[in-house]
Amino acid sequence: MQKVYPDARAALEGVLFDGMTVMSGGFGLCGIPENLILAIRDAGTRGLTVISNNAGVDDFGLGLLLQTRQIAKMVSSYVGENKEFERQYLAGELELEFNPQGTLAERIRAGGAGIPAFFTATGVGTLVAEGKEVREFDGRQYVMETGLKADLSIVKAWKGDARGNLMFRKTARNFNPMMATAGAVCIAEVEEIVPVGSLGADQIHTPGIYVDRIVQSTFEKRIEQRTVRQKEHA
Amino acid sequence: MPWTRDQLAERAAKELQDGFYVNLGIGIPTLVANYIPAGMTVTLQSENGMLGMGPFPYAGEEDADLINAGKQTITELDETSYFSSADSFAMIRGGHINLSILGAMEVAENGDIANWMIPGKLVKGMGGAMDLVAGVKRVVVVMEHANKHGQSKVLKACTLPLTGTRVVERIITDLCVFDVKKDGSGLELIELAPGVALDEVEAKTEAAFTVSPALKTAA
Repeated sequence: MQKVYPDARAALEGVLFDGMTVMSGGFGLCGIPENLILAIRDAGTRGLTVISNNAGVDDFGLGLLLQTRQIAKMVSSYVGENKEFERQYLAGELELEFNPQGTLAERIRAGGAGIPAFFTATGVGTLVAEGKEVREFDGRQYVMETGLKADLSIVKAWKGDARGNLMFRKTARNFNPMMATAGAVCIAEVEEIVPVGSLGADQIHTPGIYVDRIVQSTFEKRIEQRTVRQKEHA
Repeated sequence: MPWTRDQLAERAAKELQDGFYVNLGIGIPTLVANYIPAGMTVTLQSENGMLGMGPFPYAGEEDADLINAGKQTITELDETSYFSSADSFAMIRGGHINLSILGAMEVAENGDIANWMIPGKLVKGMGGAMDLVAGVKRVVVVMEHANKHGQSKVLKACTLPLTGTRVVERIITDLCVFDVKKDGSGLELIELAPGVALDEVEAKTEAAFTVSPALKTAA
């Protein structure tokens, strides 16, 4: 068994095809598999359905795949930071499915956990529930949402090992752990591949069973909103 | 004088209680964090996967892996914990968060809220707002009383696509505070901003409301 690949391009070999569904981890630009996204751009795979909470910004993250028109459809909860996205959507060139953020997270978790559908109170009585089954439990209305799976999930972790065990860092965890479980193939890119056994068995966030391929990359880790406070003077 | 943005946040901070776990929305609700009373333990949740949100970092100490739901750089505290988006919304949907303070475009007298979409304009998405209003134990809206065209945002019925139905329990505007009565009988005016008269609220509110016998004017 060989899970470690030398670079993002090599890690994607044999898994890409036109019209495929890809889950891409991250929240905003935090914890995104930036090198795998670049490698998908360079591979030129088209007609992608991309499941990701956000759509990157114009010149970074998933915005790069929008620039090249490789994305046909996005499934997201919020896409407010991307002008090219806006343009393509308004021009009818891009299909968009909005999911409430928690519903999106749970649909991915369910998909990876073998749960075809679940009921949630989120979105009852709104556009989100239109055309979906609504059922009452203990006097409250819930809408049925389905589990989500993908042909490929690309995730970003802090550290990983050759067996595919992953550890995330701070809020860069976000959607990555669930997406790792819901792709037919999961590729993780990490800041550091460490020796097997050194992560600490109790500290592993994503067990290696979910991760098919792993690659060590260097990251730009761009900050979207740099907010700071002034030092108080003593 | 109607409340300013900061005074609105200060008034909203009176909704906090010791031991509360709270999610604050973007805009005026974010400012509520500046008015947590000294000695009160309030833990802020950020729906991208963090409990125990600290203040903005000092310049040079920003960490790209540490942001809030508004994508702003923040810091951690001793009590901070991190978790996935699925765990974060389990916390929200499961009713473990005590209070959500968020902004709105419209609120109706039955507690309906609209705050994510204007038809015909570009829609950015609902993010976590639908999950928050459906799942958090108590939902308080903080907003301007009127929109930029001077029209009431407190309505008999929302005109915009809804974020949630019958979920708002209290509305704090720059003019006054309404409670949404639990029995479905509408709004009750419980508080006026300093120098705001009852007639002004009546003139500027489209929704019907009753006046609490204990109506007070804020100091």
